[in-house]
Amino acid sequence: MKICFFHLMPYRFLPEDFEHRYRSVWVDVPHSLYDPEKTSGLYHEFLDELEYADQVGFDGVCVNEHHNNAYGLMPSPNLMAASLARRTSRAALVVLGNSLAAYNPPLRVAEEFAMLDVLSRGRLVAGFPVGTSMDMNFAYGINPATLRERYYEAHDLVMQAWTRPEVFAFNGKYTQVRYVNIWPQPLQKPHPPVWIPGGGSVETWEWTARLDYVYCNLSYYGYKRGKATLDGFWDTVARVGADDNPYRAGFLQLVCVADTDAEAERLYSSHVHYFYQKCLNVWEGFAEAPGYRTLKTLEAGIRPQVGAQARQIRQSLNWTKYVDSGYVIAGSPATVRQQLAECIRTLRVGHLMVLLQIGSMPKDLALHNTGLFAREVMPHVRELWPGYKNRWWPSGAPTPGAP
Amino acid sequence: MSPDDRLVELRGGALAFRVLAAGRGHPVVYFHSVYEPQGWPALLDHLADRYAVTMPVHPGAGGSAGVETLDDVLDLALAYEELLDALGITRAHLVGHFFGGMVAAELAALFPERVARLVLVAPLGLWRDDAPSADILTLPPEDLIQMLWHDPESAAARQWAAQPADEAQKVAAQIESIARRAAMARFVWPIPDKGLRKRLHRIEAPTLLLWGDGDQVNPVIYVEEWQRRIKGAAVKLLRGGHMLVHESPDAAAAAVKEFLA
Repeated sequence: MKICFFHLMPYRFLPEDFEHRYRSVWVDVPHSLYDPEKTSGLYHEFLDELEYADQVGFDGVCVNEHHNNAYGLMPSPNLMAASLARRTSRAALVVLGNSLAAYNPPLRVAEEFAMLDVLSRGRLVAGFPVGTSMDMNFAYGINPATLRERYYEAHDLVMQAWTRPEVFAFNGKYTQVRYVNIWPQPLQKPHPPVWIPGGGSVETWEWTARLDYVYCNLSYYGYKRGKATLDGFWDTVARVGADDNPYRAGFLQLVCVADTDAEAERLYSSHVHYFYQKCLNVWEGFAEAPGYRTLKTLEAGIRPQVGAQARQIRQSLNWTKYVDSGYVIAGSPATVRQQLAECIRTLRVGHLMVLLQIGSMPKDLALHNTGLFAREVMPHVRELWPGYKNRWWPSGAPTPGAP
Repeated sequence: MSPDDRLVELRGGALAFRVLAAGRGHPVVYFHSVYEPQGWPALLDHLADRYAVTMPVHPGAGGSAGVETLDDVLDLALAYEELLDALGITRAHLVGHFFGGMVAAELAALFPERVARLVLVAPLGLWRDDAPSADILTLPPEDLIQMLWHDPESAAARQWAAQPADEAQKVAAQIESIARRAAMARFVWPIPDKGLRKRLHRIEAPTLLLWGDGDQVNPVIYVEEWQRRIKGAAVKLLRGGHMLVHESPDAAAAAVKEFLA
């Protein structure tokens, strides 16, 4: 079992009435709400939290990419990963990831990931998300009709740039390069492990399974709701004839640990509420550009994580519901251990990502949560999935017990 | 009136246009927009009593297929030109509304010899930073109805907005709506300025710009932009909103007929 510490880098200072006064936290959230002075402090807090996770024994630290987004101050996760490469020494650097279609040419991703891999001495996990509709179609103006095609082509270019021994020409529909020849090349051979973050589109399951990559469901709605998505993925894995190695899958789970269940509510409730009510307040017009999801996925009936339906569900929530519905696994170490084991088993995931800094949680509390999790929870779930080989872990990141 | 309804395949079946047609006379080809009432528009009923009216359904919408083989507006215009060939229409009056107006204008600019007269109803395809056309491809239904219709309470508006009662049909209708919008977004995302302004000077057909004076989607200020680029274009403003041709089909048809006569 591999356990990674995930950070979204949320802006902690949205106004009290944010979700009532502003229609969206994403895309057109006014940047008059943003204070660069405060954000200087935030970046250092966030990096301290990620570095602490490395120190207390998490297997990996995860960063991701969002644009025009007040809960994700990380348009370039690679910058954060570069800083972490120097300030951490053991943890895998899980960049989840670079939205390939947004880079022109996508060789930029091949180069920067190669730099990170070399700099970190082979600790990089290369994440390639298609990217959300908010990020790709609205914030970056990419045509929803061709986003996926662009993404697949960019992926092919990056993988070829990493693995072909010769200088070659790439004649794509979206990218034409006469001399593909990136320097540096990645340290890991044949290339860093590839993880694909996905929200539940049918094509992504199939593509990920066929290419033998890790599928990561980055859900904010917990393991009980995530089951349908992971079941869909595992059905697809079986259908394409791949094995059921749990390390093929990853899942993001929000977790709050305290000495007792009651203490967890007292410490974390307001920050969790900030996350669901403010950070996930996305205007339904931005939830999904027409064409972002294929007809196949629409017909499969998988709903986006944001938008009108999500809003209705969200607004009725309180601590009891967050916890009972499994959106957040929260409570005493014993409570969290038991539910987390259930999460890992029912979803069949070998890579668990936990979100321990949530919403408006300040640094001292985030470190408290992280430390308790590392001491009281992590050792108890680490030994799950014995006997399976993790073929998707970076070769430069040590396994527990190793020097 | 129930129009003739058939499927016309092009390029060995890679593209298939559903084509509705009715009436006799000089050919008129109507290019529809993103949001249309179901079926054959009342406007075309009016025109069909004097003209041979043809309405191709945009690829990706309501029964036409192959939009994924078209990358940009130029591809689309070429496909429509091949369709005219397949239909045996060498020269016609073109009428287009909003997105359909953009298609009609492209065709008239690329193939001036094929167009007798051109009617553009609040056409899409130009851009002003100070007056952007509304982002209607992504608007939630309750905002959309207010923006499209001059009178959102009118029978036409309510009929347009009605959802099927049956749950399965409702889901199918939603998927069709997304597919339809996706098929047009493909050509105009994220800003509909795709080069038409460089080509409009090539239009030779006498042109009418027909606009609802209260159009909230495509502000009337765009009349100036089109008029400046199509020399001698006539302008007619009618009382109404973006859905002028569907909300006031009688008045719109009269204006179109007067211009075509």
